[in-house]
Amino acid sequence: MLKIEGLTAEVEGKQILKGIDLEVPTGEVHAIMGPNGSGKSTLSYVLSGREGYEVTGGTATFNGQDILAMEPEERAAAGLFLAFQYPVELPGVGNATFLRTALNAQRKARGESELDAMQFLKLARERMKALAMPEDMLKRGVNVGFSGGEKKRNEILQMALLKPSLAILDETDSGLDIDALKIVADGVNAMRGPGFSALVITHYQRLLDYIVPDRVHVLMGGRIVKSGGPDLAKELEAQGYAAVQAAA
Amino acid sequence: MPAVTETIETVQSVTESGYKWGFETDIEMEFAPKGLNEEIVRFISAKKNEPEWLLEWRLRAFAAWKAMEEPRWAAVKYPPIDYQDSYYYAAPKQKKAPKSLDEVDPELLRTYEKLGIPLREQAILAGVEGAGETPAEGRMPVAVDAVFDSVSVATTFKDRLEKEGIVFCSISEAVQTHPELVRKYLGTVVPQGDNFFAALNSAVFTDGSFVYIPKGVRCPMELSTYFRINAKSTGQFERTLIVADEGSYVSYLEGCTAPMRDENQLHAAVVELVAMDDATIKYSTVQNWYPGDAEGRGGIYNFVTKRGACRGARSKISWTQVETGSAITWKYPSCILQGEDSVGEFYSVAITNNYQQADTGTKMFHIGPRTKSTIVSKGISAGHGQNTYRGLVRIGAKAHGARNFTQCDSLLIGDLCGAHTVPYIENRCLSAKVEHEATTSRIAEDQLFYCRQRGLTEEEAVGLIVNGFCREVLKELPMEFAVEAQKLLQISLEGSVG
Repeated sequence: MLKIEGLTAEVEGKQILKGIDLEVPTGEVHAIMGPNGSGKSTLSYVLSGREGYEVTGGTATFNGQDILAMEPEERAAAGLFLAFQYPVELPGVGNATFLRTALNAQRKARGESELDAMQFLKLARERMKALAMPEDMLKRGVNVGFSGGEKKRNEILQMALLKPSLAILDETDSGLDIDALKIVADGVNAMRGPGFSALVITHYQRLLDYIVPDRVHVLMGGRIVKSGGPDLAKELEAQGYAAVQAAA
Repeated sequence: MPAVTETIETVQSVTESGYKWGFETDIEMEFAPKGLNEEIVRFISAKKNEPEWLLEWRLRAFAAWKAMEEPRWAAVKYPPIDYQDSYYYAAPKQKKAPKSLDEVDPELLRTYEKLGIPLREQAILAGVEGAGETPAEGRMPVAVDAVFDSVSVATTFKDRLEKEGIVFCSISEAVQTHPELVRKYLGTVVPQGDNFFAALNSAVFTDGSFVYIPKGVRCPMELSTYFRINAKSTGQFERTLIVADEGSYVSYLEGCTAPMRDENQLHAAVVELVAMDDATIKYSTVQNWYPGDAEGRGGIYNFVTKRGACRGARSKISWTQVETGSAITWKYPSCILQGEDSVGEFYSVAITNNYQQADTGTKMFHIGPRTKSTIVSKGISAGHGQNTYRGLVRIGAKAHGARNFTQCDSLLIGDLCGAHTVPYIENRCLSAKVEHEATTSRIAEDQLFYCRQRGLTEEEAVGLIVNGFCREVLKELPMEFAVEAQKLLQISLEGSVG
């Protein structure tokens, strides 16, 4: 369970998160919606530990562990995965090498045995098949020369391999055509189960037609201003954020 | 073991200093008196029982050296070197030359074992090629010539190579057993008076490797020399000569390490390559001399002259170097492209961390028609490191249709280091085509965070990104060396972030 209480954070001296309270019970998928500049991406970076995102108050625990005190790689090993809004290119680093290094680093940090090249390839091929991804994605440089859609699919592949217990998807739907959107949604839905929770951050209702959330939260001005069931997303789509805020 | 996993484990196992090859072997040594004069040159020549012509050759070099000035044009800084305060000959004491490994001092064998250099042939024969995209644990057989301070202590797989007519031995031995070959080629690519350090080497060189591949023979295994400086206050001056006769092929590897010491030690080697018609020589170096400590104390001065002559038509010489060690690197492996359609290649990775300085690059002399050269240089600077690519592409008037492609990329880690690119292009032929590309970049914060979010530590992330940056060069290395090189890149950059 992810539990966030009174979380405040600033970026370059400017307060962005102004007291977030949020609980995502294990096994649930929650959506966070909000207009531009409401603090959605800041929340995802604060939870994953990016430099420059300074926590000024409040707490965040995952399964009882204080994640804010951990290094980014320790949070990853503890099961936190961030699907980036803008996946980063690593020229010359093969996707397979990157994925295996990451997977083994996490396995090692958890005291599990590492996978050799053959075991890894077998696993990767299985997961790629399930996600309908071409195998040559493994051979290419990490995100180098990938289209926007390919980059997002690569994030989902990484998630499928790393098997996090908490995934944060930061506007993974932006820039995706409908086919790519379905593949991404299938990838997330395939992970759903008692050991997996997710925070799906999005602007639009569209993604939530495919990943139906257990709860929807509206983030505005650095605070959660409204929470509700899946219908809240539809309400937002119909009425806009301003109306929801006025009513809240 | 997969390369990357191994890289990570190696990094975790390295000592605080980061340089795990820094131990010293306690072994009884024989030294010539300190200092450099004609007597020392004669002493070395006599010690090696050399013929008169070679002594004369050395003395001419010494005379040339005395009249020369140390070069100062490289972008490196160091205090004046006192050439009289060094030993020019140091050899492990042995009653006579060992006939087999069983006669070699066990302390020496243990040293090479510690370095991971297999001198026992049976230990490496069982190797199998790895499956998948990364090398597995098995080793391919590699023939090794091990040079300890001034002398070669062992050469493996000689019998098997002899069956093919290949000569692979120390150059001292070759002077005795194949004097006609040595005399014919020695100094024909790098003459005695070529430059200050080459002249010094020609006067006092003590050992090194000699390779001759006969016509039409493809050398069945990698040949390798492993250089180890052990003794204190000793310069190492080895000389390597490789001749590939018509239609032959050889891949040669060179590795080197030294103990950690507060003083600077001089390494001034000369490597000469000769490729005849349709011959190919692939020369790879993983240079890992002691780089000095984090404050810049100690380390090797690596002042090396390497040059290859593509004498024959369609011959090819390919240099690949991974330079991670040494306090100062001054080195320009070059190709003289005489034969028509001959090909020269230079692939380089140079890392400078802490206070290391590197001024390295290549020279490509296009003389024959349709000669081609490719230069790919990757410089990585961290800490206070200074890294200069210095290169010359010279196209002569008769090199019709010659082509060159040069790519120089620099990667900066931190804000105290420097990267410099000094390319010279001289073209006297209208039909030639010369291309030059250069980039400078930094490891971006978002790249590091992306890797760390996936579970890599900051240092693992830097290692991975740097390995990616160097990929074009690393893929040119023989597989065995590629794994070692990956590890070295990461270890060399320890402590460069955060």
